Amino acid sequence: MSLSGSESDSLASRRSKKPKYSKFTQQELPACKPLLTPGIVIGAFSLIGIVFVPIGLASLSASQAVVELVDRYDAECVSANDKVGFIQDTKTDKACTRTITVPKPMKRPIHIYYQLENYYQNHRRYVKSRSDKQLRYKDSAHMIKNCEPEAASEDGAPIVPCGLIAWSLFNDTYAFSVNKKSIEVNKKNIAWDSDKSNKFGSDVYPSNFQKGDLIGGAKLNDKLPLSEQEDLIVWMRTAALPTFRKLYGRIETDIMASDEITVVIQNNYNTYSFGGTKALVLSTTSWIGGKNNFIGVAYVAIGGICLFLAMCFVVLYVVKPRVLGDPSYLSWNKETPDHPN
Amino acid sequence: MGRAGGRRRDRLRWSKLYTFSCFRAPATDEAVGPSSAGGAVGGPGFSRVVHCNNPAIHRRKPLKYPTNYISTTKYNIITFLPKAIFEQFRRVANLYFLLTAILSLTPVCPFSAVSMIAPLAFVVGLSMIKEGVEDWRRFIQDMKVNNRKVAVHKGDGQFEYKHWEDLCVGDVVKVEKDQFFPADLLLLSSSYEDGICYVETMNLDGETNLKVKRSLEVTLPLEEDESFKDFRAVIRCEDPNPSLYTFVGNFEYERQVYAIDPFQILLRDSKLRNTAFIYGVVIFTGHDSKVMQNSTESPSKRSRIERKMDLIIYILFTVLVLISLISSIGFAVRIKLDLPHWWYLQPQNSNKLDDPSRPALSGIFHLITALILYGYLIPISLYVSIELVKVLQAHFINQDIHMFDEETGNTAQARTSNLNEELGQVHTILSDKTGTLTCNQMDFLKCSIAGISYGVGSSEVELAAAKQMASGADDQDIPLRDVWEESNADGIQLVEGVTFSVGNNRKASIKGFSFQDDRLMQGNWTKEPNSSTILLFFRILGLCHTAIPEINEATGSITYEAESPDEGAFLVAAREFGFEFFKRTQSSVFVREKHTSSKGTTEREFKILNLLEFNSKRKRMSVILKDEDGQILLFCKGADSIIFDRLAKNGRMYEADTSKHLNDYGETGLRTLALSYRLLEESEYSSWSSEFLKAKTTIGPDRELQLERVSDLIERELILVGATAVEDKLQKGVPQCIDRLAQAGLKIWVLTGDKMETAINIGYACSLLRQGMKRICLSIPTGDQVAQDAKKAAKESLMLQIANGSQMVKLEKDPDAAFALVIDGKALAFALEDDMKHMFLNLATECASVICCRVSPKQKALVTRLVKEGIGQTTLAIGDGANDVGMIQEADIGVGISGVEGMQAVMASDFSISQFRFLERLLVVHGHWCYKRIAQMICYFFYKNIAFGLTIFYFEAFAGFSGQSVYDDWFMLLFNVVLTSLPVISLGVFEQDVSSEICLQFPALYQQGPKNLFFDWYRILGWMGNGLYSSLAIFFLNLCIFYDQAIRAGGQTADMAAVGTTMFTCIIWAVNMQIALTMNHFTWIQHLFVWGSITTWYLFILAYGMTLRSRDNYQILLEVLGPTPLYWVATLLVTAACSIPYLIHISYQRSCNPLDHHVIQEIKYLRKDVEDQTMWKRERSKARQKTKIGFTARVDAKIKQIRGKLHKKGPSLTIHTVS
Repeated sequence: MSLSGSESDSLASRRSKKPKYSKFTQQELPACKPLLTPGIVIGAFSLIGIVFVPIGLASLSASQAVVELVDRYDAECVSANDKVGFIQDTKTDKACTRTITVPKPMKRPIHIYYQLENYYQNHRRYVKSRSDKQLRYKDSAHMIKNCEPEAASEDGAPIVPCGLIAWSLFNDTYAFSVNKKSIEVNKKNIAWDSDKSNKFGSDVYPSNFQKGDLIGGAKLNDKLPLSEQEDLIVWMRTAALPTFRKLYGRIETDIMASDEITVVIQNNYNTYSFGGTKALVLSTTSWIGGKNNFIGVAYVAIGGICLFLAMCFVVLYVVKPRVLGDPSYLSWNKETPDHPN
Repeated sequence: MGRAGGRRRDRLRWSKLYTFSCFRAPATDEAVGPSSAGGAVGGPGFSRVVHCNNPAIHRRKPLKYPTNYISTTKYNIITFLPKAIFEQFRRVANLYFLLTAILSLTPVCPFSAVSMIAPLAFVVGLSMIKEGVEDWRRFIQDMKVNNRKVAVHKGDGQFEYKHWEDLCVGDVVKVEKDQFFPADLLLLSSSYEDGICYVETMNLDGETNLKVKRSLEVTLPLEEDESFKDFRAVIRCEDPNPSLYTFVGNFEYERQVYAIDPFQILLRDSKLRNTAFIYGVVIFTGHDSKVMQNSTESPSKRSRIERKMDLIIYILFTVLVLISLISSIGFAVRIKLDLPHWWYLQPQNSNKLDDPSRPALSGIFHLITALILYGYLIPISLYVSIELVKVLQAHFINQDIHMFDEETGNTAQARTSNLNEELGQVHTILSDKTGTLTCNQMDFLKCSIAGISYGVGSSEVELAAAKQMASGADDQDIPLRDVWEESNADGIQLVEGVTFSVGNNRKASIKGFSFQDDRLMQGNWTKEPNSSTILLFFRILGLCHTAIPEINEATGSITYEAESPDEGAFLVAAREFGFEFFKRTQSSVFVREKHTSSKGTTEREFKILNLLEFNSKRKRMSVILKDEDGQILLFCKGADSIIFDRLAKNGRMYEADTSKHLNDYGETGLRTLALSYRLLEESEYSSWSSEFLKAKTTIGPDRELQLERVSDLIERELILVGATAVEDKLQKGVPQCIDRLAQAGLKIWVLTGDKMETAINIGYACSLLRQGMKRICLSIPTGDQVAQDAKKAAKESLMLQIANGSQMVKLEKDPDAAFALVIDGKALAFALEDDMKHMFLNLATECASVICCRVSPKQKALVTRLVKEGIGQTTLAIGDGANDVGMIQEADIGVGISGVEGMQAVMASDFSISQFRFLERLLVVHGHWCYKRIAQMICYFFYKNIAFGLTIFYFEAFAGFSGQSVYDDWFMLLFNVVLTSLPVISLGVFEQDVSSEICLQFPALYQQGPKNLFFDWYRILGWMGNGLYSSLAIFFLNLCIFYDQAIRAGGQTADMAAVGTTMFTCIIWAVNMQIALTMNHFTWIQHLFVWGSITTWYLFILAYGMTLRSRDNYQILLEVLGPTPLYWVATLLVTAACSIPYLIHISYQRSCNPLDHHVIQEIKYLRKDVEDQTMWKRERSKARQKTKIGFTARVDAKIKQIRGKLHKKGPSLTIHTVS
């Protein structure tokens, strides 16, 4: 009968609409359902404590092993009352001699940093003002769109390297002698290798740099390609905060305790107009870098808090125990009988 | 020719038999002139002119009316783009994103333009595609309707099939049996000689009984295709309007004018029943038709959670504006005071964005920059993710195999995905009855004849009660669910010695007949003591009706076209008992009788003398007939109270037993009717008959009163034969579903267009009502004359009733007392008026169950609105018919039952399911999950974006508020889109606090949604606080670690890229650890997404570091950070610092204030449910809200009752069993 035929057809089509069973569509995928049992809670807090305290102590001891000498020189190196006028005058001799006594022996390498304060390298106007293409490729000297207001010289020729960052390059220099004996400052390898090899072209040479009316900071050696101008490369890595240190070079000899370091500083860089400070820093390093007690203290603190919490929870479970899965804690068992509906 | 002849044969003149409502005296039609009824015709609002059989006129002006094409779509191809885009940008958040996108093209923006525009385009595009797909579905549905075919007169008496959409006003159409009317029609003639036809209006008002329509006398001759050759007439009538029950118009035909009233109007979307065909002329087409005028544009609904989320977004906006203001003020101050000194920025060469001479202007520009920069507080991806999650959740709902209906082949459909989480917060369910709770199918289940009850089939209530008793469970802790689950056994022996069999296993699957009792079947009744009474009983069943038999020529089997399904069930029952009604002529009914199984059949003819049909006022119907012996008999069936009042003194023999049986039947939710007869003397009949004829031909308004009075005269001195009990077949699993929904703490209201008795019966069957419940019935006392102050009086009386009811509830001391409110449509009309509705609502909320009967579609919507606004909680409306559309649209969530004919309810609904019982899973499982998922997801989203966004703000303070971000643009872009999106999406899609079985086993868990435990302000602010804390921890810990010192043994210091990347790494770890702590349920997908996100981050910076585009991030991982121990140490420190507070919070909460799902998780985890099964079962049975409705409450009551009985007459039962 035709009728039954069509009926079975429709039956088949109905069946075909049936969703296919799969654990996924039925939301029955096998799952792990971790549960915060008292054991796990206490265990977790204890574990954090047990892991964190040693890390903290290790960091602290590493930090303690670091010898750091900081010498702020911006005020002392300018005797004139008009500090800004002094620093902006190109003709005056800006040499300044500082003597530092080393309290503890410093193992080589000793890193030399300059530290600036209240200097906004992270200002948006500043950060934007550079051209990566230009630094990298010889043919891209004209890509100066972002470099305003230090993009091109007055005759329109592009400045290489352009932009405010390069223009304001730090230009104080330091000459060291230990116990009156001058020592070499190694200024190689202070920048990241990848910067030297990939971001700053070995065939890109400075041109028109610091040739305008306004001279910002250091001048560059026109004969050296950018990839070898490591001071520039370090400077171009803008700092995150208004107080920052940048690597100046390294002393590759050990310095004994109570040695005297004499530094002859060419105090050229203007931090006076905006009230910034300058400091020279000599520091050894450990595996956590420089002298950094904070990380150790933080680790010990958090580890301690966790151990304390673990104890609190132990006390809590002892004082106010609750059997896991105790049905008397279910809301329908807690309801008072006179509870309305 | 043969066809025409065949048609002739079944032409009956029903007017001879019918006496009441549907017929006016024939003379009235002609008597009416244009001046009387049609006084308004032609005036304002009544200007429509229809030239019948001349549709060409209506194709052009001035009488051009719209075609029959309907469109319910929101857009068309041209308007889609502009309209949809407009819709999208009406969302405030999108507008904000659009603004930022536009501004990103200017130098003000701190980011690249692409990173602002791409996500916006993605979000808007996705939403628009969703809109488009939904609208396309509506279009397809419309096309299906528009392409239905109907026979249309094309001239010369020829009819041809045309699409509905091509129909014009004035067309003459021929509609055949069981077809829908394509437009509003004027009935011209039907296959019945007197031009009546039966119409099912379920799609319009939900009423299931058929309505009789009747054509004008004058058009009766138009009964064949050929007669329309030269048919010309003009209709002048009212303009399109939404009133379903009125119609004013005139019919001008052969220079005469006739008034048309609603009796001649066939409305679109109603269905022709029991009538072979009709001819009609189209009056209103398409959107002019009454049903389309009734349809309202479906409102777009938003869930409570989403509305609250908007509020939170506004708060975040405020925060955003605030910190932007701080930033821009800081910037302006810096520009004015400091910038002139910052020579390295060359302030003398400033542009207007940072001009020290005009700091205010620069500040204003900077405000815009800041608004964009901190835009991460308001995550654009939140919208995308929520949309995406909801679509996936909807997909799971659609795919749920447990909501697939084998019979109709329909799955559950989430038609809009906006409301998934709202499903978990429902407070009140408003349900339609017919088609939703019931199948609209009657089953003959039991009968009581001559004081003996027959029929061993039992209703589900009896069954479960019996089961529980039999299992000997003295404590009530055994969950009833088990009773149901085990009840697939063949049946059990109850103490009383009666076998209860299970519904599914009922032996024969004869539609409408579930009766089982060997004492009556196979002719065994002849051996029963009162066989003569039984014979009468069967005859009444077979003869007292208005049905027409239909013989299937192929198989010879007979089906019946009955006015109501009850009647059909009686006829099927009579047939099964051996009294097969097989033929009806103008004056006679023929029955094939087969008294014993061995003997053959005899055909008997009964002459029908009169037929006094049923109406709701009389509540009875009678037939007067003459049998072959010339005896005149009156058979009468009707409501028990009516029949019992009319019994003769000698007819009360079985009254006591029968009424006891009737009570029992009623208690189990069966529909009962009492059957009686009367022997008439020839003389008595003839004198009555003449009086009746006189009444019948009376003209004027008191005709009906006359008829009623005369009928009353003869329907007296009846002799009771017995009673029938018919089961209004509930849809599968309805009582169980209602029971569990009640246990989940949901309130259930039933709104039905049916009459009060039916509604109450269903109330019993669904356990919404039970014996011992105090019932408050609100109705307007009838019988009032048409007095001026009738309305006022009715209102006052209702007010009094409500006040009394409230008083009764208030004074009730017994905490277990349950109240039920039953209200009638007329009373409801008053109760919904402004001054009374709150009183009414207060009373209704006090009652355990509420049933509204005789409710119009409009009232359904109004009740829904009252509940929604009055209680202020989420409402869900469920229904299947077009009459439920209003309520479905009005409710917070509308659920349509699919599978039954008519798609209007489904089209208007937000979710469609094919059986009521799937509602349980939809709410208790999917609703619960979706609510928690979305709530947690949104909270987490805010956390994540606050944690991230605020670090950008803190950095500003250290960067002179210049708008520089410490993070690379690409990090920021990818943060929301790639790096943290998948875990939160997996939380939103896959999270389960407990499995679906447990959701079903512990309905009380559902209350976490309506109580809104997971999206209250405490929780939201907690998460926000957590975000604030995390942002502080991430930023300042990193700041201290990387302040100025060398970061590694090589002596290098950290630049901005190194600090930014480390901070970002910490954020990625912190937010992913947070979500891992939030999740309860890890499938491989969550593992993949959470840990994968972290891995992706490292892979990303690795890959990104390979390209020179990365600027300072070149080789950041391989060269700078990877070999730096401090980087890893810092990550660990910050991640731990961010996670510890939340870990403390959840550990403390779980150990001291565990929530229900925590405890259940623990039970499951420790496998206590397997080890201690009694505890598990006990908790399952207790895990329900206190409820007074539903099956469980009912069974408890029943058990008490049976126990009481057993105590009273224990010994007698054993004797009964033996006999």
